[in-house]
Amino acid sequence: MTGFPILTLMIALPVLAALACLFQNAQGARWTALLTTFVELALGIILWINFDPAGAQWQFVEHVDLFGRFSWALGIDGIALMLIVLSVFLMPICIGASWEAIEKRVPEYMAAFLLMEALMIGVFAAQDLFLFYIFFEAGLIPMYLIIGIWGGADRIYASYKFFLYTLLGSVLMLVAMLWMAQEAGTTDIPTLMAYDFPVEAQTWLFLAFFASFAVKMPMWPVHTWLPDAHVQAPTAGSVILAGVLLKMGGYGFIRFSLPMFPEASVQMFWLVMGLSMVAVVYTSLVALVQTDMKKLIAYSSVAHMAFVTIGLFAFSRQGLEGAMLVMLSHGLVSGALFLCVGVIYDRLHTREIERYGGLADNMPKYALFFMLFTMASVGLPGTSGFVGEFLSLVGAYQASSWVAFVATTGVILGACYMLYLYARVCYGKLDKADVAAMPDLSAREIALLLPIGLAVLWMGVYPESFLKPIRRDIGVVVARMEKTGFTGDAHVTAGKPVIPAAAAHEGAHH
Amino acid sequence: MIKLIVFLPLLAAIIAGLGNRMIGNVAAKAVTTGALFVSCALSWPIFLGFLGGSAEAYVEPVLTFIRSGGLSVDWSLRVDTLTAVMLVVVTTVSSLVHLYSWGYMAEDDSQPRFFAYLSLFTFAMLMLVTADSLVQMFFGWEGVGLASYLLIGFWYHKPSAKAAAIKAFVVNRVGDFGFSLGIFATFLVFGTVSIPAILEAAPGMAGSTIGFLGHRVDTMTLICLLLFVGAMGKSAQLGLHTWLPDAMEGPTPVSALIHAATMVTAGVFMVCRLSPMFETSQVALNVVTYVGAATAFFAATVGTTQTDIKRVIAYSTCSQLGYMFFAAGVGAYGAAMFHLFTHAFFKALLFLGAGSVIHAMHHEQDMRFYGGLRKHIPLTFWAMMAGTLAITGVGVAGLFGFAGFYSKDAIIEAAFASGSTAGGLAFFVGVFAALLTSFYSWRLMFLTFFGKPRWAGSEHIQHAVHDAHGHGHDHHDAPSEEDAGHDAHAHDAGIDQVKHGTAGYHPHESPWPMLLPLVVLTLGAVLAGFIFHLPFLDAEHGAEFWKGSLAFDSHLMHAMHGVPLWVKLSATVVMITGLLIAIWAYLIDTTIPARFTATFRVLYDFLLHKWYFDELYDFLFVRPAFALGRFFWKRGDQGTIDRFGPDGVAHVIVGGGALTRRLQSGYVYTYALVMLLGLAAAATWAMAG
Repeated sequence: MTGFPILTLMIALPVLAALACLFQNAQGARWTALLTTFVELALGIILWINFDPAGAQWQFVEHVDLFGRFSWALGIDGIALMLIVLSVFLMPICIGASWEAIEKRVPEYMAAFLLMEALMIGVFAAQDLFLFYIFFEAGLIPMYLIIGIWGGADRIYASYKFFLYTLLGSVLMLVAMLWMAQEAGTTDIPTLMAYDFPVEAQTWLFLAFFASFAVKMPMWPVHTWLPDAHVQAPTAGSVILAGVLLKMGGYGFIRFSLPMFPEASVQMFWLVMGLSMVAVVYTSLVALVQTDMKKLIAYSSVAHMAFVTIGLFAFSRQGLEGAMLVMLSHGLVSGALFLCVGVIYDRLHTREIERYGGLADNMPKYALFFMLFTMASVGLPGTSGFVGEFLSLVGAYQASSWVAFVATTGVILGACYMLYLYARVCYGKLDKADVAAMPDLSAREIALLLPIGLAVLWMGVYPESFLKPIRRDIGVVVARMEKTGFTGDAHVTAGKPVIPAAAAHEGAHH
Repeated sequence: MIKLIVFLPLLAAIIAGLGNRMIGNVAAKAVTTGALFVSCALSWPIFLGFLGGSAEAYVEPVLTFIRSGGLSVDWSLRVDTLTAVMLVVVTTVSSLVHLYSWGYMAEDDSQPRFFAYLSLFTFAMLMLVTADSLVQMFFGWEGVGLASYLLIGFWYHKPSAKAAAIKAFVVNRVGDFGFSLGIFATFLVFGTVSIPAILEAAPGMAGSTIGFLGHRVDTMTLICLLLFVGAMGKSAQLGLHTWLPDAMEGPTPVSALIHAATMVTAGVFMVCRLSPMFETSQVALNVVTYVGAATAFFAATVGTTQTDIKRVIAYSTCSQLGYMFFAAGVGAYGAAMFHLFTHAFFKALLFLGAGSVIHAMHHEQDMRFYGGLRKHIPLTFWAMMAGTLAITGVGVAGLFGFAGFYSKDAIIEAAFASGSTAGGLAFFVGVFAALLTSFYSWRLMFLTFFGKPRWAGSEHIQHAVHDAHGHGHDHHDAPSEEDAGHDAHAHDAGIDQVKHGTAGYHPHESPWPMLLPLVVLTLGAVLAGFIFHLPFLDAEHGAEFWKGSLAFDSHLMHAMHGVPLWVKLSATVVMITGLLIAIWAYLIDTTIPARFTATFRVLYDFLLHKWYFDELYDFLFVRPAFALGRFFWKRGDQGTIDRFGPDGVAHVIVGGGALTRRLQSGYVYTYALVMLLGLAAAATWAMAG
């Protein structure tokens, strides 16, 4: 692909479609949005097919100087590619999920989603520091609106919390960016990724970016906006929030924090790992006692995102590739789980777990999909959840056995809260009349869940498709980390092999 | 061909599972059962090839799995002697259980789902035994866990089944926690997860040390013990055994296939597969020995007091797995695998026999309401008799013995012959557990098939009698409410206090799809030991047969023959002793059990409550987990983070009430963002100059 500005097209198209939506009636806006998101998906697939994993690091590069040093610079590597593909994959599903659930101010709603799609692609494609910043922060505006206008009863409180947490991080990150641009004399992200900032400055820059990314992840203890935001958001809002917006934090770490501030990252190893270890145990236990389905899945998201930070800060290839796969997998699985909640919420209008029970009887197809995504969430091998979790924990173990030990308890706790949820919803006696009256999945709902289900299995059985594009780019980050001389805590000594005679063998160990 | 063996069951599971009501019961059953019989028919030639010495080990690649730097995992199917043994065990028992289920599940509403789960299980188990890397083994490991979860919870209307399913999965996950850490450590140390590569490199790492949780420990000991935690979970060893008895909530064919013959033996298989690695750490081997011996003892003691026929067999399984582990621990891997092999046949037989009894007794599982069934269901009786003769190890050295006679006695002798402290202890424990095994096995036989009928006390039987349609139209989830009733009088174990009489009920022998598997397995229980003991155990034949697929120790096998006569006779002596006690207490003077429990109330309660493990775990783990969860949520998130975070900020800036009003205008946050964006643009502009 030379010359054709496909990335600009992918950003501009939804913006134009969003404008078009505003001048249409509800049905017209729905179809416009659906069509646009499908075109975006097609473009995303074209991008994936034409991306050459062995080619230049940055592909589909576009560069137009605007004013001053500010430029419209786009380009993607494999990491950005996979996240863009995830975004455009989830978008048509979100529009489909809102088809019947959203009835008021439909054109504005569709416009907000399309705008968000444009901004999300912008975040992952931006190659200019300030362009990134604009996309990164502006991407939240449609989300505020979606929660604030189409949200539940407590939507104001939820969007306030969301806003407050984000604000602090944004200000600090902006200040850090200004300093970096001044110091390095460029706002070009690829250049900055190879720039060696003074070690003492790195610490402050790291912390400033950390304030922003930690909130987006979200990491404990700045996670409390997430459960509220999810509970209040409409189903499709939750899908995009969990599926893509949370990935912006992880993307930030892998694009900025690690390659730009490698020494500081190593210094902050225990800060990040400590918070992640707390998050795995703490939020898993909190998820266990939730009575609201969405809150439960929201808390499980915090626990899963901790696997991302654990993988990233293992600084090894397995850890980083694992973190990327956890992000992709979590985007699919948590999105699908929120859809599953949405399916029964649309029927009974409650998220109280106790109101359900015995759904396997009257909704067998639903029970099957819910089981698949539950298993993917607990990281069953063969589903996408396993590969990422496994690789990031392999990485974590190389860095510190403590981290791996504590984090791996997450696989036990994850099984506890997810199976407990599943059992309360789908198992048991179907003894409530209104629950028993609920029909099984409609064709539209199957069309939403089936593609995600297939993707989850694909990533679980043949993750190579997803690992191949990111391999070289992860290698770049790993190379940046290697020069810090970080080593794990294992320090294996050489073996003292004994002559394999039974008697000598015994003696060596006593 | 191996691909066909492994993937046919998966294909069948998908067809039956997704086709479900569309293709109907018969099609779903035919597809899954047919696939399994094909797999089985293809597996035996492979096994016989290795038996005849003509076959060579090979690895069949399937697909790339994970490539991440030095970590390289493929989907591939390994076939060697060890795999071949497991192949025939898994496919044979599975195909027979499929067939048996035609009869046993005939009246169930969701038969396609049941058969799909069974086939899915078989696929996962085959992936486990053909694994060439630890990661694929883990895939199979968790896959069988999933199938086990689904099948235990198959009758999901019952709260007890629901709870048992979760318990099984979660306790197994505790084991998998260790297994995972073991894989991580293996990769760290060896830079590979390929099993042959690890086994080759392992001896070179003996004596190395590694940092773990702030301590320096022996590398190989650490890796072996972490992996062994996984084996303990899957094979229900002491401490992680609590899920197995509860797993009996699943339909009985499931208990036979998964919780007796195949899945629970995966831990033993793993230790044997990795035996060259375990050989590098004496500490790890000792732990395996002690854990195995402790489990063999613990489960046998509990087995003597249970009244539910399936639970007795479940504890028996647990105990027999303990035997296999301590055999492995003392280095007698061949004996461990041989016991796994014979046990699969006779334990599947006992379970399917119990299923036939339960079927005949209208879903009554409490042995106190059985009695005198010998004449009514003679074929089931003789099948279970063969199973009991096999498990108790009846036989005469040099002439003929039932299956368990060869495998269990080999284990006991090997433990003695190993000469180590751990082995010596395991020997005594093994002999004592054999006494208990004989006692509880015969107790089961006598309570069920001998004496006078005590059916009148059973609510199931009364239901059946009062139900005009009789036997035909029962529903499986009926026991749920009634189980609670049984627990209430679970304490008066004396069978004399139970109402005698038949209540006018006539038990029927099971239909042929259930009887045929019993007959085939009976042949296995009678002959498997006699036919196969040479290749599995013999010092010369063994090395030829195993071809290095496990660490076969010819010296130990030689030494077994040299043990003193009293050691050789001990197993037979205790077997007869157990039988005599059972005859005395359950046939001659039936007041003995009641008098015994009255005298040793504390001991009896301790055993009846399974050493109070469930209560202990509930107190130590389950309650604290929920309490902590609530504490973190209410006191942590809401009481601290939110209070001093967003809520506190709101309070400081705008003062409680005014906040909401201002926010409702809806623009405060949008405004602030736009401001930030402007700031960014302005700053860039400024710098550009």
